[in-house]
Amino acid sequence: MTSQSLQTAGETRIRFAGPAKSQPRRPRVRFDRETTTKVLFVVPAGLFMVLYFGYPVVKNLTMSFQDFTTKTFFTGEAPWIGVQNYVTVISSNLFGPAMLNTALFTIGSILGQFVIGMALAVFFNKKFPLSGFLRAMLLLPWLLPLIVASATWRSILDQDSGILNQFLGTFGIPAVPWLTSPSVALIAVIIVNIWIGIPFNVTLLYGGLQDIPAELYEAGALDGATGWKSFWHITWPNMRPVVSVVLVLGVVYTIKVLDIILGLTNGGPANATQTIAVRSYQESFVNFQFGVGAAFSNILILISLVFAIIYLRANRRAVDE
Amino acid sequence: MATTHLTAPVNHAAAQRMKNIRTRSSTVLGIIFLIIMLFPIYWMINASLQPSGNTLSASFLPLNPSFAGYEKAIADQGKNLVTSLVISLGTVVVTLAIAAPAAYALGQFKFRWISWALLAILIAQMIPGVVIANALYAAYNDLGLLNTYIGLILADATSAIPFAILIMRAFMMSIPPSIIEAARVDGAGQVRAFVSIALPIAKNAIITAALFAFLFSWSDFLFALTLTTTDEIRPVTLGIYQYLGTQVSNWSAVMATAVLSSLPAIVLLVIAQKYIAAGATGGAVK
Repeated sequence: MTSQSLQTAGETRIRFAGPAKSQPRRPRVRFDRETTTKVLFVVPAGLFMVLYFGYPVVKNLTMSFQDFTTKTFFTGEAPWIGVQNYVTVISSNLFGPAMLNTALFTIGSILGQFVIGMALAVFFNKKFPLSGFLRAMLLLPWLLPLIVASATWRSILDQDSGILNQFLGTFGIPAVPWLTSPSVALIAVIIVNIWIGIPFNVTLLYGGLQDIPAELYEAGALDGATGWKSFWHITWPNMRPVVSVVLVLGVVYTIKVLDIILGLTNGGPANATQTIAVRSYQESFVNFQFGVGAAFSNILILISLVFAIIYLRANRRAVDE
Repeated sequence: MATTHLTAPVNHAAAQRMKNIRTRSSTVLGIIFLIIMLFPIYWMINASLQPSGNTLSASFLPLNPSFAGYEKAIADQGKNLVTSLVISLGTVVVTLAIAAPAAYALGQFKFRWISWALLAILIAQMIPGVVIANALYAAYNDLGLLNTYIGLILADATSAIPFAILIMRAFMMSIPPSIIEAARVDGAGQVRAFVSIALPIAKNAIITAALFAFLFSWSDFLFALTLTTTDEIRPVTLGIYQYLGTQVSNWSAVMATAVLSSLPAIVLLVIAQKYIAAGATGGAVK
């Protein structure tokens, strides 16, 4: 298997290096020492990229067409079974709910992060004492290990003695079974993910706001555009490229979220927080059905790829403008 | 001072005072927002100082702090914290060793395929960790790299290397080629020019890349979960997960471990704010 994997890795590398091969067209054909030294600077990184990104993507693709289970590790055999794994995935009764949850989790998280992130970015865009310091401290939730955030929120959301229910109780709201009821667990997970994503959104959106020239606002103020009016007519149109980058990156990062869900609910209760990423992990590392897990991962890659293309276009526009 | 020139200066002073009030109320509002956002972190610290037990009924302020949670956390997870530290430092070394030369080359040399390489790096950042874990488990199993430091270090470097290349390249690009040229004319080889000219100039970007490599690796949970099968080498994130998995019987120990695992992020944010802020925007957009 090792030799096979090295071979596939080699193939990817040739394809990766493809554009470089057109160099002989240039006047300097000879590969002198100078050029060799220059290339050596990128060889370690290139090798790493091939082994740790190229190989896994190719391996996932081949695995998804194989009957790859724990047995494979003993016998070395992983029979080719065509699209059987994909049939298993799509016909499993968790596929529909997992897709829906992935969509709800992604849309809910991004909507929350973006709206709150934008509001805070606009707020911090005004200069006031301590604004820089406060904005920097806001990054903390994003820098903590996700599993730490999960543990903390599990204690906060605990039904009987968590501080959130105690707080809501003072307003006469009965205890909410945040993480133990299938009907609210997804909402709870989304809330936690929003909390984690706000700093990232604030940082990027704040950067975008800083790039809007102050003269635009001054000119707008003369025409009577202040407050909300200036936001809709000056801020929003100028922020559009940055906004699309933030949203697309948000999607790409959110659909693959795993740590938070595993730490908070492990996909439960009653599969209420199963997403495609969680399914992929559980098929591979809980059920040891690596082929099925790989099929789930490939669906995830496919969705990411679509958004990656949107991202690259949006990003080019953001740089151009 | 009062009565002589009354109108203009007073109006000016009043406007100034209004402005002061407005900026000051912004500061107050900003502090309130920050308190709300950071409340969970306060609560984590508060809960870690409560007397140990399986209930969460914590008082709002840790007026009688108990360190029983920390004693248990260090007894259970001390070894895992050291493991995490070794892996994170290892990731920093591997990341810088691989990414710094590449960033220099992509920033200074005129390769024809640079845009392809950058595209590959951007896409690599988007590949879900579970895809990498899935393939690495099989490969590591064959190569005997499961449950090894080097295996986890290299896997953790996947989240750091693309980011580090991008952030350091942006800086390397801003080094005027004439400086490098001057060194070359004086007889320095490519490697010499990189080590003694480019690296010192790019110090800030290197520190940022190193800090984030450390934090990414310290936070890693997925590779710790999938690429270890015994408790020999167990990063603290996995330790916390196992605390959570078994019916949580000792919240103060869980929260104390959470606090200890948050220390690097908190300390780095306070002492190296400049570098963290640079990294937060740098790798993502351009």
